[in-house]
Amino acid sequence: MPSSTQIKELVQGVLRGDKRSIARTISIIENNQPEAQKLMATFYPKTGKAQVIGITGPPGAGKSTLIEKLVKELRNRGKTVGVVAVDPTSPFTGGAFLGDRVRMQDLSTDPGVYIRSMATRNNPGGLAKATKDASRVLDASGKDVVIIETVGAGQSEVEVVKVAHTVIVTLAPGLGDDIQAIKAGQMEIGDIFVVNKADRENANKAVSDIEAMLELTTEKTGWKPPVVKTSAFTGEGIAQLLELIDQHRTYLKTGVLDERRKERVENELIEALKEKIAESILNDFKDRGEWKRLTQKILKRKTDPYTAADELLAKPPKPKTKKKT
Amino acid sequence: MSKERKIRVVIAKPGLDSHDRGAKIVARALRDAGMEVIYTGLRQTPEQIVETALQEDVDVVGLSILSGAHTTLFPKIMELLKKKKLTDILVFAGGIIPEEDVPALKKIGIKEVFGPGTPTSTLVEFVRKNAPKKR
Repeated sequence: MPSSTQIKELVQGVLRGDKRSIARTISIIENNQPEAQKLMATFYPKTGKAQVIGITGPPGAGKSTLIEKLVKELRNRGKTVGVVAVDPTSPFTGGAFLGDRVRMQDLSTDPGVYIRSMATRNNPGGLAKATKDASRVLDASGKDVVIIETVGAGQSEVEVVKVAHTVIVTLAPGLGDDIQAIKAGQMEIGDIFVVNKADRENANKAVSDIEAMLELTTEKTGWKPPVVKTSAFTGEGIAQLLELIDQHRTYLKTGVLDERRKERVENELIEALKEKIAESILNDFKDRGEWKRLTQKILKRKTDPYTAADELLAKPPKPKTKKKT
Repeated sequence: MSKERKIRVVIAKPGLDSHDRGAKIVARALRDAGMEVIYTGLRQTPEQIVETALQEDVDVVGLSILSGAHTTLFPKIMELLKKKKLTDILVFAGGIIPEEDVPALKKIGIKEVFGPGTPTSTLVEFVRKNAPKKR
């Protein structure tokens, strides 16, 4: 466990962009070590400056390769970049194979780039629980742009909307027809749609399928999600994609971002409250004699979990922290 | 609170050989043992490997090499790890490494060298036993 001097050094290290300190801090958060909350409280006031881009899409669409190209282009424009790349944890063994770096090899020794691979640790929604805080650490460390790569997402992995300012849904030709494009979930969260691997056949068909789906959107906002063809292989469309990201950023600055931020902050506060309330109430319940008795009763099939829960709730425990009157 | 801390491992392929079946088998075995394994891909320079270990905050580095360049690449990697103050990381190696080279590699801090045919269970046990306990 790090001492308080070590924590102070960590904080200072992160704030001056030291990669080792960033790496260690993210581990502390990821492992939910006791210092995590205090660390995040220290960094929070320093965040809010970085542009956060989320890249999502099905496995094999070319997300990691696209990110490598994007980061190179951003570096050419003088921006520093942090990347958090999420891959799935095995629900069976708890292990994970994190392979996103394989596509980003050229970036690992660039002093202006920090890349972190992160396992979901079975968090649903396509991100790890620590992804949001990791992106905040990178924000606080002074990175101009933070890119979050979700797991190879299915139709319902949409958590990235809650973290990124701009969400890029990456698809590839041949993954599905216009029926796939109309389905809910993933196809609703893109601020920009990318048809990657545009050097392949049927790229234009994929673009028109997505455009046709977007035409059906009835909700009127000031932003109409564009579709762009890219090829990480030939470099086609990368500069155009960055232009679109910038345009989206300009759009967000018309007040949309402030509104979204307020909504997000409220949601986060609710989540934090829920977590803490649940933890403290559950612990109170578990401390009581009935807990053991009822567990045994359920085990012996003399009652069921829902009836037992009602019984527990009939005599709710007193909250631990009493209000001052 | 958090359960047991996950062991994080980088499996790296230094040098120019382009055969990574062994590295992938090791990565897969460690994954199945519940560890988080980061794979670097082929043809890594010592600088890339050490940077990856640093940014990923790993506990263990596994080096796989078949080209025969271990006598030049491994000392460079160990030196860079030292320079970056990453000396608490457990380093092991595997691949085609002649018996007579092993003592010199151990001397520079490589904890163990595994040859072809090593059962993956031996490897898993080795990593579990020797990975730094807390950092």
